[in-house]
Amino acid sequence: MSRLDAKVSPYLFVAPFFVLFGAIGLFPLLYTAYVSLFDWEVGADDPTFIGLENYRTLFDDGQFWNALFNTFSIFVLSSAPQIVIAVAIAALLNENLRARTGWRMGVLLPYVASLVALTIIFGNLFGPQYGLVNDVLTAVGIGPIDWQADTFGSHVAIASMVNWRWTGYNALIVLAAMQAIPREVHEAALVDGASPLRRFFSITLPMLKPTLIFVIVTSTIGGLQIFTEPKLFEPSGGSGGGTEHQYQTVVLYLYQSAFQGLDLGYASAIAWVLFLIVIAVAGINFLVTRRAVR
Amino acid sequence: MTNRRPSFLVYGLLGAFVLGSAFPFYWSYLVASRDNSVLTGDFTLIPGGNFFANASRVFDTIPFWKALGNSFIVSGTVTLSVVLLSTLAGFAFAKLRFRGRGVLFLFVVATLAVPTQLGIIPLYMAMAEFGWAGELEAVIVPNLVTAFGVFWMRQYLLDAIPDELVEAARMDGCSLWRTFWHVALPAARPAAAMLGVFTFMQSWNDFLWPLVVLNADNPTLQVALEKLQSGYYVDYSLVLAGTTLATVPVLIVFLVLGRQIVAGVMQGAVKG
Repeated sequence: MSRLDAKVSPYLFVAPFFVLFGAIGLFPLLYTAYVSLFDWEVGADDPTFIGLENYRTLFDDGQFWNALFNTFSIFVLSSAPQIVIAVAIAALLNENLRARTGWRMGVLLPYVASLVALTIIFGNLFGPQYGLVNDVLTAVGIGPIDWQADTFGSHVAIASMVNWRWTGYNALIVLAAMQAIPREVHEAALVDGASPLRRFFSITLPMLKPTLIFVIVTSTIGGLQIFTEPKLFEPSGGSGGGTEHQYQTVVLYLYQSAFQGLDLGYASAIAWVLFLIVIAVAGINFLVTRRAVR
Repeated sequence: MTNRRPSFLVYGLLGAFVLGSAFPFYWSYLVASRDNSVLTGDFTLIPGGNFFANASRVFDTIPFWKALGNSFIVSGTVTLSVVLLSTLAGFAFAKLRFRGRGVLFLFVVATLAVPTQLGIIPLYMAMAEFGWAGELEAVIVPNLVTAFGVFWMRQYLLDAIPDELVEAARMDGCSLWRTFWHVALPAARPAAAMLGVFTFMQSWNDFLWPLVVLNADNPTLQVALEKLQSGYYVDYSLVLAGTTLATVPVLIVFLVLGRQIVAGVMQGAVKG
């Protein structure tokens, strides 16, 4: 009995994860590739096999390329400033502050807020007509920007939601890495007469590199699948990502194709192409990380 | 580096950042406390007196309490299950010897990077087939255990339990399940608590899949909020009353557990 227990129980303990991942994670992904080979409408009885036709259509589909461009554009606008500000905030938090935990909590506040609620609030702040952001811009003389209709403007508005939510969170991750830097390194530099700024750029920043790359990799995987922000930025509840699809992202296009266009085959082709892009980008990131850490 | 207190400039910059972090919450309450006629006019940071009137309009427009209850049921069940099943698998990977352990664990780590969210189309077809579309099972079952949870618990239990303890329990004739229950689970408590908090927040905020599979009559809070906003004309004093109401529970959790959440984020950074 106890020998059987020792042999079998470990497998039973890890089984729930593998069963669930197989059924809910892996199988649907593979089946997505299968569905993408069909002309498959929601509710239709017999889907027709059409080979790679969906992919051929996809590569000629301007709306798909537009969505891909928007996704990358929003991603760049949201990751680059975010990391710079996160490092700066982490450096400030690394000072010998009074009420240390209180400051850290304050910085993390946006992270716990409901994403849907916040996106709606930002939609109001960036309202083209009566939004607070435009009121302020008008007051300082820059003039109002149409955050909905303007492609670049809408990307900035959506990126600012991402930045607002994640900068503090990433600042804490960077802070943890800063505190792991041995004190002696800084003290040695201090003895050599290095200025604080010099110490930051010559010691702190290089030693943060692995952490920064970790932050970039995780935000890439999430960023390429951005959905909630562009979905809710459109006030009327549509999924087009604006009247001219100016801020429609790939996952939003997937959602629109599958659940409004009811074309499951085509939406599956979008999902599968995005899947390959995410894996490729994550793989490149991984290779770069390994080299950088060495 | 020195033990000197920092200058006012440091506090000023941090203070500005935290104010900016808190501002959208306040703005939401501000708009929710007024009525739409004021919204278009002069700008002020003083709340009006209409919050409760707007809140009761929220209750009339969407099934708010039902959505809140649903969100608690979904996130609560998912959290309990993720913590239990992840600790179980993490314990096996950290402390038990079995053939294929290394390969299987490598597989778990590899799945961390797999965007399973992109499998929603077959998942939706399967749920429709099972008759789960529109039911809470559809948003609970797919999330019962996560690769991150297994990874996180394994890393923690590796150092938290001495091998001798597991060995001693075995010598005393304890089954592995009892060893898990009486030795591993108590030892896992700190890491399990953090995993619980993060899982709860993640589940609470989940949006794409619930939006696909649930309907307006039986929504989670996030889906209900989306319905509130998706009319042709957006009545912001109504919609932002909804977001304010939805934010209150999360803010309470944050005030109570904020210290632990901060510690969790920072530890995850070092371990991950």
